[in-house]
Amino acid sequence: METFYDVQARYDWETVRKQIYACTPADVERALEKERITMDDFAALVSPAAAGYMKEMAAKSYAVTRRRFGNVIQMYVPLYLSNFCSNQCVYCGFNCSNKIHRVVLNEDEIRREAEAIRRKYKFQHILLVTGESPAKASVEYMGRAIEIMKEYFSQVSLEVQPLEADEYRYLMDRGLHAVYVYQETYNEARYPVYHLKGKKRNFRYRLETPDRLGEAGMYKIGLGNLIGLEDWRTEAFFMSLHLRYLETQYWQSKYCFAFPRLRPYAGEGAFNPNYPAGEKELLQLICAYRLLSEDLELSISTRESSVYRDKIMPFGVTTMSAGSKTMPGGYADEDDTELEQFAINDDRTPAQVEAAVRAKGFDPVWKDWSLYLQESCIGNAR
Amino acid sequence: MKPLKIADKTFTSRLFVGTGKFGSNDLMREAVAASGSQLVTVALKRVEIENENDDLLAHLKLPGVNLLPNTSGVRNAKEAVFAAQLAREALQTNWLKLEIHPDPRYLLPDPVETLRATEELVRLGFVVMPYIQADPVLCKRLEEAGAACVMPLGAPIGSNKGLATREFLRIIIEQSNVPVVVDAGIGAPSHAAEAMEMGADAVLVNTAIAVSENPAEMARAFRMAVEAGRMAREAKLAPVISGAQASSPVTPFLNDLNDLL
Repeated sequence: METFYDVQARYDWETVRKQIYACTPADVERALEKERITMDDFAALVSPAAAGYMKEMAAKSYAVTRRRFGNVIQMYVPLYLSNFCSNQCVYCGFNCSNKIHRVVLNEDEIRREAEAIRRKYKFQHILLVTGESPAKASVEYMGRAIEIMKEYFSQVSLEVQPLEADEYRYLMDRGLHAVYVYQETYNEARYPVYHLKGKKRNFRYRLETPDRLGEAGMYKIGLGNLIGLEDWRTEAFFMSLHLRYLETQYWQSKYCFAFPRLRPYAGEGAFNPNYPAGEKELLQLICAYRLLSEDLELSISTRESSVYRDKIMPFGVTTMSAGSKTMPGGYADEDDTELEQFAINDDRTPAQVEAAVRAKGFDPVWKDWSLYLQESCIGNAR
Repeated sequence: MKPLKIADKTFTSRLFVGTGKFGSNDLMREAVAASGSQLVTVALKRVEIENENDDLLAHLKLPGVNLLPNTSGVRNAKEAVFAAQLAREALQTNWLKLEIHPDPRYLLPDPVETLRATEELVRLGFVVMPYIQADPVLCKRLEEAGAACVMPLGAPIGSNKGLATREFLRIIIEQSNVPVVVDAGIGAPSHAAEAMEMGADAVLVNTAIAVSENPAEMARAFRMAVEAGRMAREAKLAPVISGAQASSPVTPFLNDLNDLL
């Protein structure tokens, strides 16, 4: 069976990059006039030529988002279960060569975290995160964690190592709703430069993960690339191509994009992005994604600053996290920041973010799912 | 204006409204009140049915307003039937807006699963209001299955495109023995008025009210449009005459009939 790997093989990175950089203002204007854009139009919208049309793009993105999603922002919180990882990715704090204290939460600790979140905050959607270490955080371990979460939350998502389709089905039977798996870069030739060791070195297996998720019938599939590794405009083109492929192939799944952005960093031994994108570029990207697909969820994490998150909130974003702790055990024990995966730039409390969302005229939605709507949970759902 | 009867309830308002997409629950409540609606839909995925203090539900405690839970989010008949039973128990209503749209892109309803679920839910004693494609044959099948009304779409949910399915709605209205409620796609009061003039029994509006700059004012506008359209329908619209009538090829033939008539 053909997968996205075969689809992508028909494109050449350098040719696509040149096409994007050759786009003209006329191409951008044509794209902005359409109700449904083509991949060529998308290339124009992420091109340097679109920089002069930011207000038009933002206005259209705003209108489309409001019509489709309404005046609401969905809220979720990540819960880190483990920071063990068998991969060596040059940009990540969980990198197996980093000498950090490694933790994997046991069932009691997981429960304590869930209780702490429910006691302090309004979140009903939870994202479980682990490093990629099947030995420390197995599929069975995740299944158990999901079952615990069901007692406290109404929607459970996962961001872990890529799994097999039958493993995804096993987790869906336990109540899993969505899976986020980030390709990091769609540039196959450059991929090994960033992924030095571990199972993650297998570009193709990772790229075909959304195919396996679609096959398993996952409700929502999240895609992302790490902005800064390679040319972000070309990355955006390939991720959009991926979306268009998945939408027709697995038409019953919802899709969500994330756009984690690497920032230049002065610290010793720190990874510095080769192709940094600024805040204006990130807004351009968000608007282009919105004009690509009206129903695509767009999620912005606490990697971005509070000022920036507030400013761009109306222009396409549908989903936000708040109060995130990226170290295992961080909600029950708030003083421990030693084990963070990446630096949080929006450290406001969920209540402060809620107030900021309301100040923009939007309703923060904490609950947009009931587990009993999921066939696999019938009989045992909260 | 004649009241509308669906199952055991009589409605003086022919505008039903949805409760999603509002900028706050206060804005939603104001809009519902301004619409004069007596039947409002609530997505089961949005509320905690077991929680008496659920904020959204608390905001809908308005005199004369009946709740219509919807099954948005389910993918098949089995899930819909299960959710309906939970909702009936927790919300104390056997009314249900049946929504089965496994396609998350355009939220288009699955006709096969919808018919299946309707048969089962009717058997279980529900007042079933199915959201469906504007398909006249499917509407007759649902009517035979015992649906309390049919809710064909005007255009995809949230598109504000109006009565894109006009020709099929016309046939549905002509053939139906149960009330026809035009649902989805109604983006402006004029669209609602048009549906009512065509003979729809009611309309359901959500996005157009929720995301307008002044939801309460827009709700009032829809209320008036629905009333205007219904009044026009009951007063019988004058026929549309195209072109002048002075002479046409048929005139001499008609004149030949003068002796006869």
